[in-house]
Amino acid sequence: MSPFFCLCSTGSDVACCYWICCSGGLELLCDSVKMHNVNVDLENGLEQLTMKDLLAWARTNLIKERPEMFMKGDTVRPGVLVLVNDCDWELSGQLDTTLQEKDVVVFISTLHGG
Amino acid sequence: MEEGNKIPKSASSRLCCRCNERKPALKRPKTLEQICRKCFYEVFEEEIHQVIVGNQLFKAGERVAIGASGGKDSTVLAYVMSELNRRHNYGLDLFLLSVDEGITGYRDDSLETVKRNEVQYGLPLKIVSYKELYGWTMDEIVKVIGLKNNCTFCGVFRRQALDRGAAYLKVDKLVTGHNADDIAETVLLNILRGDVARLSRCTSITTGEDGPIPRCKPFKYTYEKEIVMYAYFKKLDYFSTECIYSPNAYRGFAREFIKDLERIRPRAIVDIIKSGENFRISTSTKMPEQGTCERCGYISSQKWCKACVLLEGLNRGLPKLGIGRSRGLENGNGNRKDMEQNGDVRSIESKQCGSLDF
Repeated sequence: MSPFFCLCSTGSDVACCYWICCSGGLELLCDSVKMHNVNVDLENGLEQLTMKDLLAWARTNLIKERPEMFMKGDTVRPGVLVLVNDCDWELSGQLDTTLQEKDVVVFISTLHGG
Repeated sequence: MEEGNKIPKSASSRLCCRCNERKPALKRPKTLEQICRKCFYEVFEEEIHQVIVGNQLFKAGERVAIGASGGKDSTVLAYVMSELNRRHNYGLDLFLLSVDEGITGYRDDSLETVKRNEVQYGLPLKIVSYKELYGWTMDEIVKVIGLKNNCTFCGVFRRQALDRGAAYLKVDKLVTGHNADDIAETVLLNILRGDVARLSRCTSITTGEDGPIPRCKPFKYTYEKEIVMYAYFKKLDYFSTECIYSPNAYRGFAREFIKDLERIRPRAIVDIIKSGENFRISTSTKMPEQGTCERCGYISSQKWCKACVLLEGLNRGLPKLGIGRSRGLENGNGNRKDMEQNGDVRSIESKQCGSLDF
């Protein structure tokens, strides 16, 4: 897996910029691009983006094929690990994890041969 | 251990439950502990060391081949084995053994990873190929048999290929990276298929002691999630794509179920393994007897070993040979047509025990 770094492009006041990194085979669902610098517009009234919102956004804007490989219902497919700033999202409340500007989100699929 | 359900939004308000100094990096599914990276490395490695020592998997001076596919489990296995061998002075001679099934776009890429592992970990590598051993690549096989039962052929051939490679390297043992999730899936699979013979063997940490090369699974109690996290944090080089023929495998259903279970109750995985270990087969159940294959001498419970049956089928243009239960043998009259068509099959598959390989 390639190392990644964090930078922020000029985002507007209501948009937040994140890095999303896909690996473990997930990158194949995003045109084989592993790292994505994304700008997500916050909906009116929302102060912060949660992982739930980011996932919904990713499903629409990032995943180019076979969304069922990435998500199941509102959350990621079982077997896909999620790290926010290199920390297991189970520690920060999973879907309720709030994201800050410049956060790095990593999705790793474990569903392949070893 | 964390108390109640007061899970804070930001991880920084809690500290690693082991060292109480650093910020936790993950939540261990096995214990639900919140643990930092450094402590994670330590418990991960220490637990595997305890499994190795507690089950007396190795003896000093043994030559051990690590079944390496370039995937996450085998890469982490190679890394951890070298590390523990050094740290605890196991005194083992380690090798990497890889199997080339001839699957374009999958195996050729992952073999590049193993070749890098050879350099990175300093372990000599031996690659055995289906083409050399059997005269068929998986791609050629699938062209003939279609997209069903691919894993049956591949799994059976791979086992033998590993044994042949191990014999070539003159090793005493083979280790594979099967993890807790894999073993729990296998237990379920065998229950779903009524394969009592396999059910009784599949949770053993060492198997094949009565065969050519014993093989063991040091990761038997190690969660797949932890293996992936370990590899990620340590930036270990591994190849990660699903085999192109696997979407049709039955094992996929068991895997999906296990993953859903893990989400609800992570301990379910080790608990399934524990249940599997504690199964006792009723003495009135008919079990296959271990013998040897008449054609190649490999261990087998039938007259011919599965690999020989499958190969015979491929070479004679009978791709269904060895697949599915042999018909016409359960009741005396049976299905005359089947028996005639399959010719020798009756003598090859004379005992009705066990079933499909996964």
